[in-house]
Amino acid sequence: MPRIRYQQRTYVLKDDESVLDGLTRHGVAVPSSCRGGVCQTCLMRAVHGDPSEISQRGIKESLRERRYFLACACRPGADMEIALPDDNDLPLIMTEVIGKEPLNQNISRFRLRAPHGFVYRAGQFINLHHHEHLRSYSLASVPQTDNYLELHVQRITAGRISGWLHDKCKAGDPLILHGPFGDCHYSKRDIDQTLLLIGTGSGLAPLWGIARDALAQGHRGAIHLFHGSRDATGLYLIGALRRLAQRHRNFHYTPCVSGGGASGNYRSGRADEIALKQFPHLQGWRIFLCGNAEMVKSAKKKVFLAGAALRDIHADPFEFSADAHIAATP
Amino acid sequence: MSQNLYERIGGEAAVNAAVDIFYRKVLTDDRISRFFDGVDMEKQAAKQKSFLTFAFGGPHHYTGQAMRQGHAHLVKQGLNDSHFDAVMENLAATLQELNVPPNLIAEMAAIAESTRDDVLGR
Repeated sequence: MPRIRYQQRTYVLKDDESVLDGLTRHGVAVPSSCRGGVCQTCLMRAVHGDPSEISQRGIKESLRERRYFLACACRPGADMEIALPDDNDLPLIMTEVIGKEPLNQNISRFRLRAPHGFVYRAGQFINLHHHEHLRSYSLASVPQTDNYLELHVQRITAGRISGWLHDKCKAGDPLILHGPFGDCHYSKRDIDQTLLLIGTGSGLAPLWGIARDALAQGHRGAIHLFHGSRDATGLYLIGALRRLAQRHRNFHYTPCVSGGGASGNYRSGRADEIALKQFPHLQGWRIFLCGNAEMVKSAKKKVFLAGAALRDIHADPFEFSADAHIAATP
Repeated sequence: MSQNLYERIGGEAAVNAAVDIFYRKVLTDDRISRFFDGVDMEKQAAKQKSFLTFAFGGPHHYTGQAMRQGHAHLVKQGLNDSHFDAVMENLAATLQELNVPPNLIAEMAAIAESTRDDVLGR
């Protein structure tokens, strides 16, 4: 059973137990949130011993090289000595809100001043700090064309950060973030590949960024975007997406409503099912799945079985929570 | 012999090519697909990769103990020899699809076969 050395103490993990679960079991508080290898809140650094490959997935190259890993995804095969992130490696970034507008009843668009020297790709995410809480939000802006950062924030019942953003936050308010994180973004390795983008709710944020990023970089293959919601009021940016489809012959937009009552303007059914029905063979396609975690999980399997290669499937499952996230003390 | 197998087969690139094919076969095999319901695909693919690396005679961190623990909950759900046989079939079919010569397939099958008792908790 591997032993973990952390802050001058040694903790024994059970076999196949993650570093995060093991430390938590021993009563050691480690910042964490999704516990699924996504949000990167539980980022830690290996002082001795090797973090597993899977625990370094999605972490920035420069941090991987410095042996950073995700405590929730790391099930060590041997002893390790670990530490919290070094503040110098992960500087907190100061910015401010420059505008906010509703996109539908529950989702608002926030524009933030792009911090000087902030390098990111559309579809990556940032962690936003507010008091002792933090939340992950995807970047819907495209660095080449937008001189601001854009987030789509869904209001969560009793959500600490989304509530504050929707109700109180105004232009000029300061914000603290760190990031960017994640590998759910476009890369220009094959501009003729067909892209399939499936999202639900505010999962449109990364996809809106990824589609425009691909187009801005001269992507020539078809780009099919399916956006789903239970009812039509949950859809948003409908006009903007239709205009994008008019301007770019290779961009196709399909709004989907799953709760019945779809009019002629929308397809009736779940976005992933409609997409798979229209495109049952996905060999050679690149896939982006964002939004509801259950949808992302099941769609991942479906698109894989439909022929998409594992390395061509990018996924960003959104976990929504109302309770407090413990943020690392800066 | 097995020391060179991994290199003869093409190393990590060969494993990567095999993972997608093998995992897709396993997930669509009605005899065993239920054991993969609800599992996280990325974690599972990483496990398939380490299994194939092991079967290909490559560098691995495979232990009998971990195999037992990793499959104990499936044994409780009825995992038995017939399911192990199904996985072996899928492995062979994957390698055939990749045009691996029969003598190398036999070598890999023997390595994979050596895990049977640990997987089935015997």
